[in-house]
Amino acid sequence: MMLSFRVAIRFFKSGRTQTLLIVIGIAIAISIQIFVGLLIGSLQKSLVDRTIGNSPHITISSATDIATIRDWERLVAKIEQLGDTKAISASASANAFVRDGETDLPILVRGFDFENADRIYNIRSSIYEGRPYGSQREVLVGRDLRDELEVDIGDKLAILLPNGTVYTLTISGFYDLGVASINKSWVIADLKTGQKLFGFGRRITSIEIAVDEVFEADMIAYEIQQVLNDKNIKIENWKELNEELLSGLDGQRISSTVIQAVIILSVVIAIASVLAISVIQKSRQIGILKAMGIKDPAVSLIFIYQGFLIGLIGSILGITLGIGLLYAFNIFTSNPEGTALIDLYIDYNFVLRSWLVVLLASTLAGVIPATKSLQLNPIDVIREG
Amino acid sequence: MSNVVELQNVDKVYRGVIDTQVLFGVDLSFEEGSFNSIIGESGSGKSTLLNIIGTLDKPTRGEVFIAGNRTNDLSKGRLADLRNRTTGFVFQFHYLLPEFTARENVMIPYFINKKEPAELINKRADELFDMLGIAKVRNNLVSKMSGGEQQRTAIARALINNPKIVLADEPTGNLDSGNTTTIYKIFREINEKYGTTFIIVTHDRRIAEETDRIVEIKDGRIVVDIKK
Repeated sequence: MMLSFRVAIRFFKSGRTQTLLIVIGIAIAISIQIFVGLLIGSLQKSLVDRTIGNSPHITISSATDIATIRDWERLVAKIEQLGDTKAISASASANAFVRDGETDLPILVRGFDFENADRIYNIRSSIYEGRPYGSQREVLVGRDLRDELEVDIGDKLAILLPNGTVYTLTISGFYDLGVASINKSWVIADLKTGQKLFGFGRRITSIEIAVDEVFEADMIAYEIQQVLNDKNIKIENWKELNEELLSGLDGQRISSTVIQAVIILSVVIAIASVLAISVIQKSRQIGILKAMGIKDPAVSLIFIYQGFLIGLIGSILGITLGIGLLYAFNIFTSNPEGTALIDLYIDYNFVLRSWLVVLLASTLAGVIPATKSLQLNPIDVIREG
Repeated sequence: MSNVVELQNVDKVYRGVIDTQVLFGVDLSFEEGSFNSIIGESGSGKSTLLNIIGTLDKPTRGEVFIAGNRTNDLSKGRLADLRNRTTGFVFQFHYLLPEFTARENVMIPYFINKKEPAELINKRADELFDMLGIAKVRNNLVSKMSGGEQQRTAIARALINNPKIVLADEPTGNLDSGNTTTIYKIFREINEKYGTTFIIVTHDRRIAEETDRIVEIKDGRIVVDIKK
């Protein structure tokens, strides 16, 4: 085994130009694979993050006419027991208007327990001025609504409720959740404020849930449905609400897989053909080794090791080059204001997986010439002189 | 002395458009530790005979025993093992691996099976390099050695596993007379020192005269077998 490895290394070194060319070829192929794979991965991740990063993945609402959920604490406790969730937040929300001089602007009052909701929406970090609400009389206002109302911290907000009554709340801070429609319509208040304003009593309008494994949201939603087994509620998950996005992501994923499979195939063919030529070039040496008593498996190993070595060096160079290309792409394609077009995400699992696949494929590529080497007969080499 | 090589009624036919028979019912044996030559004109079948003894080629009919092993039914792997343990080859061309140094080339038959401790082999390699007068070039690549040095390295390689038999096919065919004399002297020295059986194929009758037994082959048949 050691002899096979030694011979493989020497054969590798002796055909310097041939070795260099094939290693560069493999490195370029792998760099494209890594570049495309990581780019599409980053694109998908940033798309998914933008779509569901700061929003609930599963929403439970009422399926009854009164549109509210009773006894919700019991439901939350049951969901918590499942252990698949990252955050659970109850919400008492309803539409209302806010008085702006002579006109009324439509808003959505969202009553949350701040800490629970923060774990889903990252409200705390999106407050750019002021502080979270500290009492049931305080609210947070979004950036766009603030601009429209021209209000400041400590100003009073007159909320016109559907029943015609007007309720006054104080602004404790302003947030920017990164989505204009939310910034313009959501007035975030305490859960109890929401319940009180709309006369819900102890009831709520929805339970919002964030999970760690976002792509399993549908499975988890199904599990929750089974556990709660309540006809009065309706459970929706982000996947059923974003089918178009998901099919787009699937399309990307499939095209990325096809590109990678084609690259791996070309790597295997390139290595196998170079090594097949090497078998012919080194047939004299192999014949002599056989005359001296080397066995067929050990001869095969020489070419399998060569395939492995080409794959090893080519893939390490290729991975480095691919990641380098990705960073270069990110620099050269940045927006005019200097921010990156996409947020880079280096999926090390993907890199490791690709590396192992290349190593395995290049080692297997050595099997074809190895089989060819078995047909070499030492007597032919000796007779030819 | 027991026979280390024994051929019984060996025929060899090369199959092709026209079948060519090169050996006809050869019965031949060599004693352990003997120093022999096989002579004959080119095309007489002497190299084929040597290749069959070396298990590189198979007889079409007949039986071959090498160091007590009947080789006819042995698998490719077992034959390779037998070759590695019992036989050293020296050919007309050195057949060294150009990618390795002289010392590495000499060690290759050992690396194939690694049957003995490395210390012993290293010592034997040094001894052989000294005996063959190539100690100075042992770390040279094959391309950095003269023809005589290359052939001596090939001889050291044939001897590294301390084989029972050395098969030499026109070993000095490419060398000048000075180198030729030295190499036969070394063969004789090794034969006497280690008791190695030598079977040397040559077309040079003068060289054959130096051996203890001359087997002459003509048209695939043994015509003369003289023991001194």
